[in-house]
Amino acid sequence: MANLDAKKPYVQIEQLSKRFGDFVAVRQVNLAIHAGEIFCLLGGSGCGKTTLLRMLAGFETPSEGRILIDGIDVTAMPPYERPVNMMFQSYALFPHMTVFQNVAFGLKQDGVSKAEIEARVHEMLQLVQLQGYEQRQPHQLSGGQRQRVALARALVKKPKLLLLDEPLGALDKKLRERTQFELVKLQEQVGVTFVIVTHDQEEAMTLASRIGVMRQGEILQVGSPSDIYEFPASRYVADFIGSVNLTEGHLTVDQPDHVRIQCPAWGLEIYVNHGVAAPPDATVSVALRPEKLQLSSERPTQTDNVTQGVVTGVAYLGSATRYLVKLSTGVTLEVTQSNRARHDEGFNQDQVVFVAFDPSAPVVLVR
Amino acid sequence: MLARLFTSWRNAHWGVRMGARWVIGIPYLWLWVFFLIPFLIVLKIAFSNIQLAMPPVEPLVRFTEPYVMQLRLHFGNFAFVFNDSLYREAFVNSLKIAGVSTVLTLLIGYPMAYGIARTTGAMRQVLFLMVVLPFFTSFLLRVYAWLGLLGKAGPLNAVLVALHIVPEPVQFLQTDFAVYLGMVYSYLPFMILPLYSAIEKLDLTLLEAAMDLGCKPVKAFFTITLPLTAEGILAGCLLVFIPAVGEYVIPALLGGPDTLMIGRVVWDEFFGNRDWPVASALAIVLLAILAGFVLILQRVQNRGEVAE
Repeated sequence: MANLDAKKPYVQIEQLSKRFGDFVAVRQVNLAIHAGEIFCLLGGSGCGKTTLLRMLAGFETPSEGRILIDGIDVTAMPPYERPVNMMFQSYALFPHMTVFQNVAFGLKQDGVSKAEIEARVHEMLQLVQLQGYEQRQPHQLSGGQRQRVALARALVKKPKLLLLDEPLGALDKKLRERTQFELVKLQEQVGVTFVIVTHDQEEAMTLASRIGVMRQGEILQVGSPSDIYEFPASRYVADFIGSVNLTEGHLTVDQPDHVRIQCPAWGLEIYVNHGVAAPPDATVSVALRPEKLQLSSERPTQTDNVTQGVVTGVAYLGSATRYLVKLSTGVTLEVTQSNRARHDEGFNQDQVVFVAFDPSAPVVLVR
Repeated sequence: MLARLFTSWRNAHWGVRMGARWVIGIPYLWLWVFFLIPFLIVLKIAFSNIQLAMPPVEPLVRFTEPYVMQLRLHFGNFAFVFNDSLYREAFVNSLKIAGVSTVLTLLIGYPMAYGIARTTGAMRQVLFLMVVLPFFTSFLLRVYAWLGLLGKAGPLNAVLVALHIVPEPVQFLQTDFAVYLGMVYSYLPFMILPLYSAIEKLDLTLLEAAMDLGCKPVKAFFTITLPLTAEGILAGCLLVFIPAVGEYVIPALLGGPDTLMIGRVVWDEFFGNRDWPVASALAIVLLAILAGFVLILQRVQNRGEVAE
């Protein structure tokens, strides 16, 4: 991370809203993005993440609120004056220009001298490993190469903020995984603040230093990838990020250092080793990640947080195996067990198994 | 719907190129019978000598004595066409009127096509229909209508006089102005349709990308929109220019006696002077000039396809 030491917000979004007629695309968003970080806006389609990004770029005028970049109010600034560049989802490379002309385009608009344009374009193409492709036309490049031209074109102007709209969306899986790491490495080299929009939670987890989860125009939660994953603030976030077993329960014991939650769907009174900010007897949601559950054929020694079920599905994923375990209540739990040993037998279809978990594993969601 | 039809026509055209070549056999046959054969007849007449008979041309091939076939090609008609300043002037004037009309239709048609292509929903269909609507009426009738509109007692003059813009009715008819008006009016749809097709397929994010990179909208139009719609501009210009050069009806009806255009000269030679060979020679020269423009079109289009 380049300069996360400066904790003062670099991009400040204040009470930002955008309405299209009666439809509210973005609703009173407040957000602070720090210099040098990779911030991911994550959400399903239509959640307003792209509209928010387009407001940062200047393509949409906010209905309310304002945007400050490095202390300067850019809310009314047209896109061609903003110190912001964008990498488009479709890349939007100019088809009638060569790779060189595409990358040089932005510098040319600023009236940079010919010699400097040449030097900076070459430097940038070197950075994205496209030297030697200067005279190609976009249609002569592969998808991955186009993506890198688009990145070079957006970075060559050394923007204060780089916006990336689904940057890896058009690449195939293998290339996407490789490019994810390259993108992070590149960001560290150039030190530019990135704001990435994506619907792919895995992409957000690998790229981002912080994630903002969006839904229906609102930001539900902002935090580091592990915060979002381990401490989701709402049922929606828990469900949206990764796989999760979710159920409802009500508090039977409510102590500052532990609680017990009666979960009828799982036939369990869950013991949680920390307090919960909820009124006694309140109804809460409980989220359990599949990898936090342990399977065993023998009854484990622990007395709390153990239940029994039958394996109804086995999916071998290589590094892990995913099981579906049907409880006596009829509810099916998803359980992931990592395959540490090579000759691990695992569990078989229709086998009776015990499901157990740590008292720290459940996430209790009051809302 | 019409807009979609036009697009699908464009795609169908592409499909033809890809394979099913036999489909174009019938139009080809049509062209052979109704274009190439008449052209050969005109070519034959252009090399014949005039005679006072019916038809008013001497045959090209004669059997003067047994077993001897005599072919006499008269190049004199072409020499006459090239040497007479009247014909030269007519050609130059036709190219000038057609050229100016083409530029005018482009200047008027581009914003219109742009507007239609950027309109969404049902309104786009309505606008598109309005461009095509004039084709529902006979071309000749529409040009005749201008006679009424532009006449001294016509509505245009009535409005101008009523608003005190002019003290008395203006002579619009039999002027170059009327010819240009008629040309632009008649050929505008031929300009708008290919332009619309080119502008409609332009990716708008390219303009956003240009602006994002610091390019102001006006400059983005000239560096992105214009080059990427160049093919449409070229197609539209040739679709207007080529028929406009040989246009007969508009200068004949709206132009004055001094509006010298080659279409009219051909008509006069053919029907007035009954000089079929010279009329044919003029038609051949006109064809050769226009074929030159078509070749340019094809070359530029081929280059465009390689770049796509």
